[in-house]
Amino acid sequence: MDWLTNFPHLNDEALRLVKKGLDDAFRTFTRTYGDSIEGLFAPLQYLLIKCEHFLTDTPWPLIISLAAGLAWLASRNLTTVAGTVVTLVAIGFLNMWDDTMKTVSMILVSTIIAIVLGAPVGIAMSRSERIQRVINPVLDVMQTMPSFVYLIPVVMLLGIGKVPGVIAVVIYAIPPMIRLTNLGIRLVDKDVLEAADAFGSSNWQKLRDVQIPLALPTIMAGVNQTIMMALAMVVIASMIGVQGLGQPVLKAINNQYFTLGLFNGLAIVGIAIIFDRISQAYGKRLQRHLELMHA
Amino acid sequence: MPDREEKQVGIVISHLFKIFGANANNHLNALAKGMTKAELNERHGLVLGLNDVSINMAAGQVHVIMGLSGSGKSTLIRHINRLVEPTAGQIIVGGQDVLKLDEHALRAFRRNTTAMVFQKFALLPHRNVLENTLYGLEIQGGDRYRHREKAMRWISRVGLNGFENRYPNQLSGGMQQRVGLARALASDSPILLMDEAFSALDPLIRSDMQEMLRNIQQEVKKTIVFITHDLDEALRLGDQIAILRNGEVVQQGSSQDIVLRPADDYVASFVKDVNRGRIIRVDAIMTPSNPASALPKSLLSADTTLNAAAKLMCQHGGHESVVVDGHGKPLGRVTKDQIMAAMIGYGGLWGSENGGGTSSFRPVLYSANQPANPGNRAER
Ligand SMILES: Nc1ncnc2c1ncn2[C@@H]1O[C@H](COP(=O)(O)OP(=O)(O)OP(=O)(O)O)[C@@H](O)[C@H]1O
Ligand SMILES: [Mg+2]
Repeated sequence: MDWLTNFPHLNDEALRLVKKGLDDAFRTFTRTYGDSIEGLFAPLQYLLIKCEHFLTDTPWPLIISLAAGLAWLASRNLTTVAGTVVTLVAIGFLNMWDDTMKTVSMILVSTIIAIVLGAPVGIAMSRSERIQRVINPVLDVMQTMPSFVYLIPVVMLLGIGKVPGVIAVVIYAIPPMIRLTNLGIRLVDKDVLEAADAFGSSNWQKLRDVQIPLALPTIMAGVNQTIMMALAMVVIASMIGVQGLGQPVLKAINNQYFTLGLFNGLAIVGIAIIFDRISQAYGKRLQRHLELMHA
Repeated sequence: MPDREEKQVGIVISHLFKIFGANANNHLNALAKGMTKAELNERHGLVLGLNDVSINMAAGQVHVIMGLSGSGKSTLIRHINRLVEPTAGQIIVGGQDVLKLDEHALRAFRRNTTAMVFQKFALLPHRNVLENTLYGLEIQGGDRYRHREKAMRWISRVGLNGFENRYPNQLSGGMQQRVGLARALASDSPILLMDEAFSALDPLIRSDMQEMLRNIQQEVKKTIVFITHDLDEALRLGDQIAILRNGEVVQQGSSQDIVLRPADDYVASFVKDVNRGRIIRVDAIMTPSNPASALPKSLLSADTTLNAAAKLMCQHGGHESVVVDGHGKPLGRVTKDQIMAAMIGYGGLWGSENGGGTSSFRPVLYSANQPANPGNRAER
């Protein structure tokens, strides 16, 4: 009755061969195609470097004014603007400016990629039950699979650096963008859609004039979620060579530098709050027309 | 007001069937053999939307479709611009077979030939009044400047001057539906489809809107299909009225036909509470007569309502009037008695003693010096 207590499993040798076979196959794949795949991601590399240079090379007062300006445009709220400026000044004062700019750059690029890839997928999902049935489980896997696991093949293919870091971040952060785009479009008022049909809209006109505008608040909530999840990946991404606020945290863990970890952690929280307030305020302003009520 | 001379377009619907559900085609025969809506649903789980509907809607008139909830009104109107695909039948609009249009042609048809006004307004919440009015025009494409001009004209025509920059949420229901109407009219389509367009509005606003629609219709002379379940609204607006029950047309005709000669109890129950004096015209109840014998006493034009006629005859005295057409040519005669009987729905002609709304009316004659005795009535 041994098999009741010991789960009957594939014998060790066979299992070893299966794993070895898969690993070897992937390794061969990497060796043959690694370079061309890296070439494929060259534009991404370029974008990342440009963005990072822009943020680190521009004089800090300009960056702070830019951030304050954005905060004002999005929220029209002086408290938000003041909070943004104070947070950034504090970060700079504690000598974390460069790391913060590198992190911000990575978050920006990851978010843009997540939007550019996620929005069309979400739209496709909203238009077809079949696509939705296929994509939903994929999103579930992306969100629950420990990120270390998909870091392995990414690193094998692309080595260590910014690009694999951004890919890992995007994989982790894109699901809310896709899900909320899909949801937002599906929740669009059926009566308004019928009106669009009755006036002879093409599918594209319907998407542009009705579905996307009416879904925009929900889509913006997705963007906000995506940014927050990208920030949560900063430390993990630093393990594969992404520079920024994650690396000092990693160093702090290894060497038990409590204060170093705390400062950098707080800086991450600080920029998370800035991103959150700005994107939420913007989302709210998009819905202004819904709040003006008939007296 | 319209830029171009409106082309007039009629609608001919023949033998239209709609069954909601899978394999609807297989059940057409059963319907022809007399299967009812309830049976179809019970045995096959299908919903009968329309059952052999044929209606001829002449161009330039207001065609009202009435019926209780679930009788298929919305289904019918949505067939005209093919928002709903029929199971069988034919729809000809302005000589064009709507069911033969391919996707592209159907879009062009919806852009240029039909426009629709919805019960729940269905405005775009993120667009202001002007942008909403422009919506149909934008979809048609073309010169933006002229579109804007046209939209502004319709906005002012529906009484929304000065509200161009408001968002739908800032407007009352009545104002929102004005925008809905402006949007539909701006597209210059010869056909206007209105699905319970005024049903969500309160009574005063509603009669304002009816009045406005009547005025606009006198200018634009579109073919309007108007759905309602309010008979007063139907009678006020409709040149022709069709009554639906369980997806079938039970009666079609003018308001006079419907009120004076309800085809069955279902229709009679609709008309029982109507204010007959305001609807029925003298020419519907007059005694046609040899023109030569008509003495020129007081004259009533043929389209005078009973209320107006009674008032005039009381003012001018006399027992009898001559009914004349628009050119003053005598058509017949009408007496005060006839008018009174028609007002209360009494008399064999419109048969409302049996089944009509006035069935509780018992004719009892009392002389002036013998007041009515309630006990007498109870005995009868
Ligand atoms: N998409 C659909 N699928 C299945 N059944 C439907 C569908 N649309 C309408 N029906 C059914 O068809 C019948 C007619 O519906 P329709 O909406 O045309 O009625 P209506 O006269 O407009 O009613 P109301 O006054 O409530 O608007 C109803 O029994 C309804 O349940
Ligand atoms: Mg309806």
